[in-house]
Amino acid sequence: MNLQETVDQIRKKFPDAILEASSFREEDTLRVRAEDLLPLCQFLRDTPVFAFDYLVDLCGVDRYPKEPRFEVVYLLRSMKRKAMLRLKVALPGDDPRIGSVTAVWKGADWMEREAYDLLGIRFEGHPDLRRILLTPEWQGHPLRKDYPLRG
Amino acid sequence: MANRETMIINMGPQHPSTHGVLRIILELDGEVVVKATPDIGFLHRGLEKLAESKTYHQCIPLTDRLDYVAGMSNNLAYVLAVEKLIGLEVPPRAQAIRVLLCELQRIASHLFWLGTHAHDIGAMTPLFYALRERDEILFLFEMVCGSRLTPSYFRVGGLAQDLPEGFEDRCREFLRGFPSKIDEYETLLTENPIWIRRTQGVGAISADEAIQYGLSGPILRASNVNWDIRKAYPYSGYETYEFEIPIGTNGDVYDRYRVRIAEMRQSAKIVEQALDRMPGGAVLADNPKYVYPPKWKVQESLEALIHHFHLASEGFPVPPGEVYASIESPKGELGFYLVSDGTPKPFRFRIRPPSFINLSALPKMVEGRLVADVVAIIGSIDIVLAEIDR
Amino acid sequence: MGITSHLGDTVFTTALEWLVNWARRSSLWPAGFGLACCALEMIVTAAARYDLARFGMEVFRPSPRQADLMIVAGTVTKKMLPAVIRIYEQMPEPKWVIAMGACASTGGVFDTYATVQGIDQYLPVDVYIPGCPPRPEALIYGILKLHEKIGQDRWLQRAGA
Repeated sequence: MNLQETVDQIRKKFPDAILEASSFREEDTLRVRAEDLLPLCQFLRDTPVFAFDYLVDLCGVDRYPKEPRFEVVYLLRSMKRKAMLRLKVALPGDDPRIGSVTAVWKGADWMEREAYDLLGIRFEGHPDLRRILLTPEWQGHPLRKDYPLRG
Repeated sequence: MANRETMIINMGPQHPSTHGVLRIILELDGEVVVKATPDIGFLHRGLEKLAESKTYHQCIPLTDRLDYVAGMSNNLAYVLAVEKLIGLEVPPRAQAIRVLLCELQRIASHLFWLGTHAHDIGAMTPLFYALRERDEILFLFEMVCGSRLTPSYFRVGGLAQDLPEGFEDRCREFLRGFPSKIDEYETLLTENPIWIRRTQGVGAISADEAIQYGLSGPILRASNVNWDIRKAYPYSGYETYEFEIPIGTNGDVYDRYRVRIAEMRQSAKIVEQALDRMPGGAVLADNPKYVYPPKWKVQESLEALIHHFHLASEGFPVPPGEVYASIESPKGELGFYLVSDGTPKPFRFRIRPPSFINLSALPKMVEGRLVADVVAIIGSIDIVLAEIDR
Repeated sequence: MGITSHLGDTVFTTALEWLVNWARRSSLWPAGFGLACCALEMIVTAAARYDLARFGMEVFRPSPRQADLMIVAGTVTKKMLPAVIRIYEQMPEPKWVIAMGACASTGGVFDTYATVQGIDQYLPVDVYIPGCPPRPEALIYGILKLHEKIGQDRWLQRAGA
């Protein structure tokens, strides 16, 4: 299924979700709206034509000083079809929040905690959102571009 | 009246069996584990942020220190990601040597896993046998690049230098004796009643759950899922080699052991094939914008010296974009997600760590088991804390 | 110790010092404290090829209370630091510390927000072994240097004076 077919199939159920579709080095990327993310992920996992049952990676990117500042990147894979798809959601700089996808893929649990720890992105509906790599009393989010390297 | 209260004890971060600085908070009802909560981050060194201040080439030694048991594999995953971002083709000799060294690295990693895992469960002899073979492989690596553990041998566009003389003979000698050594390990463990009692039925995870958690590597294959990046998305010429993917049935510790032993045998086959059909030619792509000139030229010609200096001090600008490239490392799917903004330094250097994701399934595997099983299960996941914490 | 006030600095006390130092250095028991990559070279040093047992050191004690040497092998992060210090405090006297590798000596490659720039900022280090990671032979050389240092330890004079 190429990029255009993917976009058309998704647009049948979610007409306004996709903001931009692009392809670079044979990797398809869709920029989607934050409010559509959780139902879209559920749809992509459960619909047999997509069957994205494996979450490869979930991470955040800080694009300071550009706005919207944060981007959460989801890399999905369908083991049956050997297809991969990247979803990106843009979030504002102050109080970035997005729905958690742990209900769709259990593997998202720790990856979302890491994005919260290092970048400060809050995942609503996460069962246990707390710091995972740094001490619980740590102040600040180190991977942000305005956090100095040496702390 | 019996009052059932659970006891919370701490395991780690300094513990002989946790394979590094891992802390697990165990809630116990007697000897039975009610809940296990891993607490990680004791080796978080800020690698992802450090890489944002270094050029693409300078990040290669940083990747060595990720999964320190398998340095070559980390280098390969990163270098493949950068080459994908640039759109650079690597010459066939470099690809064959990469495959050869990565498979040797897989054997070395699994040997170390075998020794320490068996040691945790109580079998101390396999540790010394396995490390004996591993030292031989590390000697081969030292011949190639000068370092046993942290190679930094691959470059963007190929390799740092060609294989030295005498490497092929020594490697073949190793391969001649290796299958009988694996038989030795199997004699000690595979049909050992104590080993079977300690590992069979312990820590099983079903195929569906394994996919839900995003597991990868031998732990996924032991749960009866036929998935290996070398076959699904072949890289570096893997589609031209003949090898099998060993699959387990139950997903317990014993199956993971069988899968890794079988993988060692398959890796030895791949190394032999790589040696037999090693193509000739250059080991560095001919693209002066991104690739270093060969070292002998740098020592002889002024233009090459200036070219080398320019690349080493300023790096090379990379087209803006983002890529994800992954390999089948001994621990699982190791991937790099690089975002470039057109400057010589990576804008976002994201490592997809297999051990981190594999470890997140630990609470599920350990529920309802005994404390001694916790040690066996942690060993069977084959974690490396530097990759988990980065 | 009262013995020096009676005997003074004689041949007997020097020989006693020598004897105890020989006993201490010939059976230094390390506390297993591998943190990162250097731990691998430490384990290999204890294995068959670069045998540490010839120095009496193959028993890596799991518990620090039974050990007298702490080989800090690997990067010490700020999260791990309280645990390192606690383990050091749990070791009984006499105890020694070897900082193995670049990360334990000075922070190594990792000059970041989360890394302690050298364990000597918090613990007294006796021997520093540079390398990333140091070869097993380098670790053995460092241990032999520590043996020399222990051999020259004038503990009886310090206690008596």
